[in-house]
Amino acid sequence: MSTRTETRLWIAQRASAAILALCVVVHLVVIVYAMRDGLSAETILGRTRGSFGWLAFYAVFVLAAAVHAPIGLRTVLMEWADARGRTLAIVVHAFALAIAVIGLRAVWAVFVG
Amino acid sequence: MAFLSVKVWRGDELGRYHRFRVPREANQTVLDVVTYIQRRLDATLSYRFACRVGMCGSCAMTVNGVARWTCRTHVAKVAADGHLEIGPLRNLPVIKDLVTDMAEFFDKWARAGGQHAPTATRKDDFARIAPDSRTRQAADAGIECIGCGVCYASCDVVAWNPDYLGPAALNRAWTLVNDVRDGARAERLRAVAGDAGCHACHTHLSCTERCPRHLAPTASIAGLKRVTAVAALRGEL
Repeated sequence: MSTRTETRLWIAQRASAAILALCVVVHLVVIVYAMRDGLSAETILGRTRGSFGWLAFYAVFVLAAAVHAPIGLRTVLMEWADARGRTLAIVVHAFALAIAVIGLRAVWAVFVG
Repeated sequence: MAFLSVKVWRGDELGRYHRFRVPREANQTVLDVVTYIQRRLDATLSYRFACRVGMCGSCAMTVNGVARWTCRTHVAKVAADGHLEIGPLRNLPVIKDLVTDMAEFFDKWARAGGQHAPTATRKDDFARIAPDSRTRQAADAGIECIGCGVCYASCDVVAWNPDYLGPAALNRAWTLVNDVRDGARAERLRAVAGDAGCHACHTHLSCTERCPRHLAPTASIAGLKRVTAVAALRGEL
């Protein structure tokens, strides 16, 4: 992996972190709001399904996580498992794909139905 | 007469601690203790020192788990209970006892582009650089490094990532990135970026906390992160 690519991974890590910071705050507020009002699952889904704005928001959240977490995991595996080269690349990409697929499936279920 | 209970590392990485009883003195430094052991108790002990007044950095060792200059460490400060554990600097191969092989430390210094690349000749006039300019102040903030290795020995990432250039090498590179007379900026930025360079730093700040010259390699590395990020986005890296 070239130095330029490694540097761009670092930039992507920081950029996705900024996005996640915002998304996490909004998400926590939404959770607290739903819990305090004692909303049931049916009520919540009644509000979220068909909402394009929230669909877009949570899709961005999932994609930011799919960028951020695998890059972090890559560093952890390099430092603690001495991982390098192709094996590392495969594991990291697989992890990114898993987060994206599982996350977007959930977003689809909650906001489209 | 009071005595110190001193454990000193002997041998190489596979060695062990030997115990010594050293008379406690007023105004005693850890270097005084090591010297007493070598001169009076065990002449086979190997250690490094030179100036013994806190200028050269040769006497850096691990004292009660912390990398320090032993000539500038009062026993009263670190061994109030009378126990001292002295070992070689971490993250470096051990040659013998308290002496480490610092070749890798200086090799990384060179790999990080730690040499000035001149652009002027003897026929040119002196370069005019305002001491209060932003770049000169940034360079001056890190220029007093004497390569003692305490930061390198204190760095977690150096311990976990054998390729990591380390705080001293990156700090020196930062001073040169800020030297307007230098002509190797592009190569140096390429040398300090990436998995083995500034981007591996996790901002633990151990280097800044331990530097005996009170430098802040973390800040220098943060500067390198900023500059290399801009260069990468511009396609210059």
